[in-house]
Amino acid sequence: MAEAQNIPAGSTTAGSIAVAAESTVATRMSAPPSFDVADFPVPHGREEEWRFTPLARLRGLHDGTAVASGEGVKVEVQAPEGVTVETVGRDDERLGKAGKPVDRVAAQAYSSFEKASVVTVAKEAVLTEPIRIAVHGEGGVAFGHQVIELGAFAEAVVVIDHTGDAVLAASVDYVLGDGAKLTVVSVQDWDEKAVHVAQHNALVGRDASFKSVVVTFGGDVVRIHPRVEYAGPGGEAELFGLYFTDAGQHQEHRLLVTHNLPHCKSNVAYKGALQGQDAHAVWIGDVLIQAAAEGTDTYELNRNLVLTDGARVDSVPNLEIETGEIAGAGHASATGRFDDEQLFYLMSRGIPQSEARRLVVRGFFAELVQQIGLPDVQERLLAKIEAELEASV
Amino acid sequence: MATLEIRNLHVSVEAENGPREILKGVDLTIKQGETHAVMGPNGSGKSTLAYSLAGHPKYTVTGGTVTLDGEDVLEMSVDERARAGVFLAMQYPVEVPGVSVSNFLRTSATAIRGEAPKLRTWVKEVKSAMEQLQMDPAFAERNVNEGFSGGEKKRHEILQLELLKPKIAILDETDSGLDVDALRQVSEGVNRVRETGEVGTLLITHYTRILRYIKPDFVHVFSEGRIVESGGAELADKLENEGYEAYSTKGGASA
Repeated sequence: MAEAQNIPAGSTTAGSIAVAAESTVATRMSAPPSFDVADFPVPHGREEEWRFTPLARLRGLHDGTAVASGEGVKVEVQAPEGVTVETVGRDDERLGKAGKPVDRVAAQAYSSFEKASVVTVAKEAVLTEPIRIAVHGEGGVAFGHQVIELGAFAEAVVVIDHTGDAVLAASVDYVLGDGAKLTVVSVQDWDEKAVHVAQHNALVGRDASFKSVVVTFGGDVVRIHPRVEYAGPGGEAELFGLYFTDAGQHQEHRLLVTHNLPHCKSNVAYKGALQGQDAHAVWIGDVLIQAAAEGTDTYELNRNLVLTDGARVDSVPNLEIETGEIAGAGHASATGRFDDEQLFYLMSRGIPQSEARRLVVRGFFAELVQQIGLPDVQERLLAKIEAELEASV
Repeated sequence: MATLEIRNLHVSVEAENGPREILKGVDLTIKQGETHAVMGPNGSGKSTLAYSLAGHPKYTVTGGTVTLDGEDVLEMSVDERARAGVFLAMQYPVEVPGVSVSNFLRTSATAIRGEAPKLRTWVKEVKSAMEQLQMDPAFAERNVNEGFSGGEKKRHEILQLELLKPKIAILDETDSGLDVDALRQVSEGVNRVRETGEVGTLLITHYTRILRYIKPDFVHVFSEGRIVESGGAELADKLENEGYEAYSTKGGASA
């Protein structure tokens, strides 16, 4: 992709690799992680972790004025045999094991939920059907907490679908036992007014594999913060993301992979297309390789394709390395635009305008979509991308 | 027989201080099977002619007509012109992120031919065309023009010319930036297409070098937005010896 010379006006792409520096991942947080919302000051927008987010559009999730209403969201879990689905109270000891909230909204979510859902896949159970979780917004405010826990050597695919209209702050924990394999697809297909802020914590067991696919199409403001830590050596995490940001939408994906143990792998790849006035996509990719994490192999990538004028991307990859004894570490970020010259080139080969646009967008996402490895999800995504493009013409 | 007729073509571009006229009345007729070389100094408007015929939005036609077999080309959109049989091999083809050469070629061939080429024959067709242009098969999996060298870009343009089989091929400075080997291979590609007798070629160039490989039937000297002299291949020899000075009222315009 044409880099540097082809960055749309107003967009930023900044990368840094810090070696043995004082951790900027830690210093960029306004307060240490905590389950208690009172430990976080109300953000004003200048804080590092909030500076890209339109706080005024969070409908009070950040300042305590959003109060859960009766009709928030409806959650339905469809699980095959071998899976236990429970609704539990706040005191259940399985909650909050994968990580603490790191910002005010995540802590608000944790402090405010009344019931949590816990989905457990028994040790060594290998599911042949996905677990499907439908989260449907009923127009109200909701705070949610979900735990998905896999016993040792269990294998599962979870598809979480967000639809409807809601103001939702949520935290989701993924706990993988040793040797477990979990693929989670979280689709944000909200109606246009929805606000969704979520922190995803994955705790990856020894030799376990975690694959997260975050897909964001809808909503007014969607801000997802997937985090990964390892509970044993030899773990692997793949974090894939795909977003299609339309006029007026704010879609923010902030990732942190903490390599806290040796011989773990992580691979992050997020791609987004933007179109329309004031479409705003933010991608923050933090990878922290701690001193103990020898033999780490990590790569993170963000690509953005700007289809029209008026859209803006902020892309910030950040890699911090506290040990030199690693297998590999790298990052890449690029934002390019589909411009008139590309359009002219394709059209001068007989390709009609709408087809040219489709060709470019489909090509842009194709490789990433193939990596998801779930044919029905892949087909649905491609169909959705087509629909987004249709809507733009 | 396909005929492209350009009559009294006037074209402007938007400049800082208003529209600036670049083409000031171009007349040219190109018939299928003929090769016309348009030569002229930098800034004489040669490339503007090429891009205007292909319909680039930067150029505004302010007067004159262009017809292909009587059809009004200027009324057509860029893709319609291509489907009508006009092909422009660009001097600076642009990168298209995320689109592989093989996908691009097939989509384009489908658009031009009106139906998707049969997969088996298509694969063979592309493979043999690439071999003839000395292109590595791995090339097909790269993204269009992304990271291509100057020579690769030009080969890729000529590959498209061979596959799309236009009625009128406009080659805009296809020779620029090529070493002798690449120039020979690219010229051979153009000649293969010409030998079918089914394409009218408009060869736009600054240098006479390419004319040693591609023999024109007609040579036109372009200066200050119009054709100022036309002749046979011998006119190129004259330019080779004397340069463009004689045609430039300002003198020394050539670089």
